[in-house]
Amino acid sequence: MAKAGDKSDSKGKKGVKRKATAEEPQEAAVAEDGATESGAQPPKAAAFPPGFSISEIKNKQRRHLMFTRWKQQQRKEKLAIKKKLKKEREALGDKAPPKPVPKTIDNQRVYDETIVDPNDEEVAYDEATDEFASYFNRQTSPKILITTSDRPHGRTVRLCEQLSTVIPNSHVYYRRGLALKKIIPQCISRDFTDLIVINEDRKTPNGLILSHLPSGPTAHFKMSSVRLRKEIKRRGKDPTEHVPEIILNNFTTRLGHSVGRMFASLFPHNPQFIGRQVATFHNQRDYIFFRFHRYIFKSEKKVGIQELGPRFTLKLRSLQKGTFDSKYGEYEWVHKPREMDTSRRKFHL
Amino acid sequence: MAAVGARWHHVWVGTETGILKGVNLQRKQAANFTAAGQPRREEAVSALCWGPGGETQILVGCADKTVRYFSTEEGRFQGHKHCPGGEGTFRGLAQVDGTLITCVESGIVRVWRDSDKEASPNPLLELSVGPGVCRMRQDPAHPHVVATGGKENALKVWDLQGSEEPVFRAKNVRNDWLDLRVPIWDQDIQFLPESQKLVTCTGYHQVRVYDPASPQRRPVLQATYGEYPLTAMTLTPGSNSVIVGNTHGQLAEIDLRQGRLLGCLKGLAGSVRGLQCHPSKPLLASCGLDRVLRVHRIRNPRGLEHKDEPQEPQETKQASPEDTETDELWASLEAAAKRKLPDLEPPSEALQTRRRKKQRPGSTST
Repeated sequence: MAKAGDKSDSKGKKGVKRKATAEEPQEAAVAEDGATESGAQPPKAAAFPPGFSISEIKNKQRRHLMFTRWKQQQRKEKLAIKKKLKKEREALGDKAPPKPVPKTIDNQRVYDETIVDPNDEEVAYDEATDEFASYFNRQTSPKILITTSDRPHGRTVRLCEQLSTVIPNSHVYYRRGLALKKIIPQCISRDFTDLIVINEDRKTPNGLILSHLPSGPTAHFKMSSVRLRKEIKRRGKDPTEHVPEIILNNFTTRLGHSVGRMFASLFPHNPQFIGRQVATFHNQRDYIFFRFHRYIFKSEKKVGIQELGPRFTLKLRSLQKGTFDSKYGEYEWVHKPREMDTSRRKFHL
Repeated sequence: MAAVGARWHHVWVGTETGILKGVNLQRKQAANFTAAGQPRREEAVSALCWGPGGETQILVGCADKTVRYFSTEEGRFQGHKHCPGGEGTFRGLAQVDGTLITCVESGIVRVWRDSDKEASPNPLLELSVGPGVCRMRQDPAHPHVVATGGKENALKVWDLQGSEEPVFRAKNVRNDWLDLRVPIWDQDIQFLPESQKLVTCTGYHQVRVYDPASPQRRPVLQATYGEYPLTAMTLTPGSNSVIVGNTHGQLAEIDLRQGRLLGCLKGLAGSVRGLQCHPSKPLLASCGLDRVLRVHRIRNPRGLEHKDEPQEPQETKQASPEDTETDELWASLEAAAKRKLPDLEPPSEALQTRRRKKQRPGSTST
């Protein structure tokens, strides 16, 4: 439907407010090529050389107009197809085939053999006897120590304070340049169960080390997208002292299970539903999103939520067996970008 | 666990929950064997070795100081022997001439009479090799000779039939350029065949070769790899190289003639706990804390052959392929694998560049 490019005049423009529209019929009659029909008819693709494309037109304005015309045509055809499909669907009624599901990266996820089957006894036994067993058997209740890297700036300090309001039974201590390997035995002797260290770089928090204390695994996360309370729009009032509920979403693989259990062991067992507060760790595509909300049930089916509290995103860098010992410790899982990030559809958590 | 099925397992892996797994690589299946029917953490497998008489019996050293006997023919545990003494888990297990040699972490090496049904309380021989032992290894050529090494416990070679003193006691290397003492942490030991030499890999990422036949007690060759402690080591068939693994899951092949790095193997995500090469074919089985058993092809080309996901943190392994039947199975495994080049000469320069990974979806059945 494109016109002959080399000698085309403004006859190619349909419905464009140009002064040439009045002259079109005359120009059509005068055309040297004779390749066009009479200008009264809408100019359609008549004898163009085959293999011609709009991009070969040298004149930018004409090329642009031809292109916009072509685009409008495409859009019309697309709408027509959609309408037709919709009509067919309505005509068939109940017998219509189900709507095709669009492909997303989460849909196309590569089959992962480590996804835990809920009936797997080996994994169940492993989890029943691992380092978190004493928490899940209700023998210990969590006591958290939150600290930062040395000489933290304001943002990090405020994040620590806000985290300590979100996590019950947590204490913030200033890191006075002490070595973690020396802090850890002291924490163990004072009955702390977890240690959180927020690492800071260039005045923003960018890393999180979560170490389960008696002998437990240490997880090292990259932290991004940190929003403090005052940066959250339409937030609610400050969280209260009630113990929140926890939601852990989408931790399906064996590694995901371990990390999920680590997060679960930060919070005490019995949530106080009066407080209506909930902390969510949502894993999607190996990124863990942390949010803290207050909810209220307006009716049986409708809930309103208010976001309180800080929000941040975590990505697991390594999971080390034993307490923090990055040099000589044994790693259960290490993120290796050149080996593990080759496929966009493969995730590990 | 059918009786016939127990013979067709190519690789045996021990886990931290006390389950012994036999993996059939051709059918890509794993079978679990437990002594008590239920996994128990007290029975965490810390050492594995072949029993007497070919590869029909496996001796499994558990964390509760017992050695269990497992028969591959029948596919079940036959008996156990309690081996008390010393503290810590087993770091080495060996058998010779109807006796059992055990070594625990606190440095007590004991030789027991191998009557597996009754627990004879007194060992035949007891040696103390020093605290902090990380590995005891038996010389396959001279079964009475064992070597021990550990953290701040230098390499010592003992002859169990000889005197109470070690046959060879290694000396630490010279002080480094700051005149500081170089710490010792021997994590794994291997005897080199057809010579008296030993290779050790250390927690300070060094690979050292000692030669007791030379007057020099210090290492003859030292090579370093990486920045993390090396935890496991195995000799490659034929050629003079070893493959080491560290706590980050990096596997590397190191040539012992020059101390050069020949190439790396990728795939593991967790600390390497066990490595074993096939005695004749260029295949390597590796297991680690990331709960996956992998079989790698070492050369022509270097890559991943097979991956199996037993879902348990794995500790030790034994590769079994000596029967003729399993040789045929290994052969068919090779035929099934995609090979790019049929020539057999190791392209040494190409090894550095070609690190192709061929992955096959392993299937689990537990």
